[in-house]
Amino acid sequence: MSDTKRANAVRVILLLILAATALLSMRYGAINISPEDIFSSFKGYAAGSKNIGLNQRIFMDIRLPRVILCILTGASLAVGGSLLQALFRNPIVEPGLIGTSSGAAFGAALYFVLGATFKIEAGEWTLPVAACGGAMLSSSLVFLLARSGRTGKSSVVTLLLTGIAINALFMSGVGFLSYIARDPQARSVTFWGLGTLSGANWHSVIILGITALVCITLSLRLANALNTLALGEEEAQYLGVNIRKLKFQVLILNIVLVAVSTAFTGVISFVGLIAPHFARIMLGSDNRTLLPDSALLGAIMLSIADLTARMLLRPAELPIGIVTAIVGVPVFIILLRGKNYFF
Amino acid sequence: MLTLTNISYKVGNKTLLDNISVVFAPGKLNLIIGPNGAGKSTLVKVMSKQLPPWSGHVQLDDRGISDYSLPELARIRAVLSQHTDIAFPLNVQQVVMMGRYPHFTGRPSQKDKTACREAMRFFDVEGMAGRTYQTLSGGEKQRVQFARVLSQIWYPPDEGHRYLILDEPLAFLDVHYQFDFMQKLLELLRQQDMVIAGVVHDLNLAAKFGHHIVLLNQGKLLASGSREEVLTARNIETAYQVVPEIHRQNGGMHILF
Repeated sequence: MSDTKRANAVRVILLLILAATALLSMRYGAINISPEDIFSSFKGYAAGSKNIGLNQRIFMDIRLPRVILCILTGASLAVGGSLLQALFRNPIVEPGLIGTSSGAAFGAALYFVLGATFKIEAGEWTLPVAACGGAMLSSSLVFLLARSGRTGKSSVVTLLLTGIAINALFMSGVGFLSYIARDPQARSVTFWGLGTLSGANWHSVIILGITALVCITLSLRLANALNTLALGEEEAQYLGVNIRKLKFQVLILNIVLVAVSTAFTGVISFVGLIAPHFARIMLGSDNRTLLPDSALLGAIMLSIADLTARMLLRPAELPIGIVTAIVGVPVFIILLRGKNYFF
Repeated sequence: MLTLTNISYKVGNKTLLDNISVVFAPGKLNLIIGPNGAGKSTLVKVMSKQLPPWSGHVQLDDRGISDYSLPELARIRAVLSQHTDIAFPLNVQQVVMMGRYPHFTGRPSQKDKTACREAMRFFDVEGMAGRTYQTLSGGEKQRVQFARVLSQIWYPPDEGHRYLILDEPLAFLDVHYQFDFMQKLLELLRQQDMVIAGVVHDLNLAAKFGHHIVLLNQGKLLASGSREEVLTARNIETAYQVVPEIHRQNGGMHILF
């Protein structure tokens, strides 16, 4: 019982950290927005006032959606990571592993390069839709190619290796597109491939908000089944779990979570790997609590990363993927070399 | 009552099980023995719905196993394997509670918690409830798995039997633990509705504890019955290609090679 109490205390502290980070993110950036401005912009918008100052506008139209999108993206990527880790029975798996993010990057690159050349423009939805389409394509390719022709089952190792191959294929597709692209497009491809939250707006917040809420709620229903998977597939089946169905559900949830968030923010690596990992260390590996805990940690980590990305080269900003990678790679290597984990 | 009728199983053109019929009755310790590659594990997988038989059928009481859904089966039948690794650090309490998953969705009821506690007490792992599974010794781990599997079928179902299937669960354990587990199985058999069938490697263990012994060889049923009927010098020589010395004393039976 004292364990549960300790865990709940940790959760409260984490929530406070998230709140503090979110407030700092609202306050600081290319332009610092004073607490009075933040307050008055809420009041102004609530009253439907027409005379809203520039700072208030920046806060409401740019800063606030960005902070929320960042929290949602961090949570989605982290839950996607937890799901895949449970499925692969391996704590050093990240959601991009089954090709989802490279597919999304390819879809986005296609839009940047070909869209500009052939003047395809269907409004602000073109980029997210293209990225989602690419993610669906690459992930389903991995999923289909990893199925053994003889038994129709897909083993975890085959899935991992197929993921590596498909990732390489789609990344070289991205490379090719940026090679043939003209300069501004090539820059977009590069910037997007490194991840950025600068495109945040209320539309993306609403779409990702709905997807994240639905997918995370659905994943929680799979928590018990995912726990049994830690014993191995056979044991899980002896406990009444339909493995094929579970694998399918987990992959679909992961693809939707990662594809939708990647569509708005570009490729952000390592959050999906490291957030669940710290959640395990701090709060335990029971998926019933791990999934929400990872969401919380993912949100905190990405918020801190975004704040860092905005503050370092102010008023310019660093792509957030660079920040997460600089922190993520060493942590990943330390984990990999640690004796606690095994393939 | 677990009934196997004319079970065959093939992979490619290799026959792993060849027309096996056997009945595992409640109240008896049913033990399956046989040399490596005899088909013991395959038989266990077929009778626990892990593999569909190529021909023949498996019945629990009067109902074919293929009529049961996996969750339905999990509520009356538990399976314990040789050894179980757990991919993530979980504590003993969490591992044992997995045995109750087939019985609840969301949060465990008081009944589920009681089953876990009692199963842990039965296998003497109560004291380690809060410890991380990965830090336990081999023997302790297997006791925790035993508790998990037992909690799964802790309460008698409304009708019919409960089934406990064991796939060489004692293979990596010391003699002390092996005897201890066998004694506990005998204790469990006092519950009228409990059907226990399991694979053991050690012939002497089978001779000491088995009420009904099934000897497999090259996918065929070589002998089935009491230890006197099955563990004859001839049968053992046929299956294991070694001539045994069989000693009897004080109603016990010892097989030497």
